[in-house]
Amino acid sequence: METRTVQFRIYRYDPDKDAKPWMQDIALELESTDRKLLDAIVKLKAKDDSIAFRRSCREGVCGSDAMNINGKNGLACLTDVDDLKQPIVLRPLPGLPVIRDLIVDMTQFFNQYHSIKPYLVNHDPLPERERLQSPEDRDELDGLYECILCACCSTACPSFWWNPDKFVGPAGLLAAYRFIADTRDQTTSERLDNLEDPYRLFRCHTIMNCVDVCPKGLNPTKAIGKIKDMMMRRAV
Amino acid sequence: MRTTTGAHYGLRDWIAQRITAVFMAVFTLVVIVALFTGVAESAERWRAFFGFGPMRFLSFLFAMSLCYHAWIGIRDIWMDYIKPVWIRLTLHSLTLLALFGYAGWCIEILWRL
Repeated sequence: METRTVQFRIYRYDPDKDAKPWMQDIALELESTDRKLLDAIVKLKAKDDSIAFRRSCREGVCGSDAMNINGKNGLACLTDVDDLKQPIVLRPLPGLPVIRDLIVDMTQFFNQYHSIKPYLVNHDPLPERERLQSPEDRDELDGLYECILCACCSTACPSFWWNPDKFVGPAGLLAAYRFIADTRDQTTSERLDNLEDPYRLFRCHTIMNCVDVCPKGLNPTKAIGKIKDMMMRRAV
Repeated sequence: MRTTTGAHYGLRDWIAQRITAVFMAVFTLVVIVALFTGVAESAERWRAFFGFGPMRFLSFLFAMSLCYHAWIGIRDIWMDYIKPVWIRLTLHSLTLLALFGYAGWCIEILWRL
């Protein structure tokens, strides 16, 4: 089987051992079947089992293997090794505290996600089967519900880097709009109130890094624009 | 210490920033078109152009728009990067004072024509 050598440069940091982070250069033999970056990282782990990273579904659904790949956030399992310039530089998602190597502490990210109440609120009695929507109303949720919370977008956003404790971030705001747009939800006004804040929503300066990196092809900037549009409509 | 959010403002500034941007773009176009018609050929014509009633009205609005637009933009920079509240408040105040001063100065110059 045909093999090729691929050069990697990986961010390493073990707070129990290292005084500060360092970059490790590794060359790796890959077979032609090792197409995705995740395949390569799994092989790297076999070669040096001290490398720590997260992974789970290996098919772009769980969002665990989000990392900074050659300077751009993405999912290792969806990235083709051969599309990457060598040495392939792997770093943890920027802006979040590093637990070890490529693993970051996502507490702030999930705190922001929870702050927008990411669940349907409807005080009507439960129907016998399900709460129905018209196909048109259901279409409103397309491009919103597909988010896998990998955090590629929020950790590519400078506004989130500077104020992760106050700015909801693109992922959280996309999820917020998913419930604002849902005709079955009865708390639209409260949801807009919750976001009408110079930090929570209006830190977004529309630089669209989130759109650039989203591995699912979603558009948080558009969702944020729609939230602002709804706020404006209810105010004027 | 607990982090607090929920100041319940931001929408008005966001809308104002867009409206002032559009107004300033239109004003700039008006001035560019006027330049092509030769208003800057002599000091007298230039003075007459800015002394013309509607132009005085528009140039006043332009100065106000610029200051409001700049206030929101600069305040955003302080909010993004300056963490200590007292330093941020001081910078906000200095920015506002400077912009008010510049606006008055600008109008004083334009309306003197």
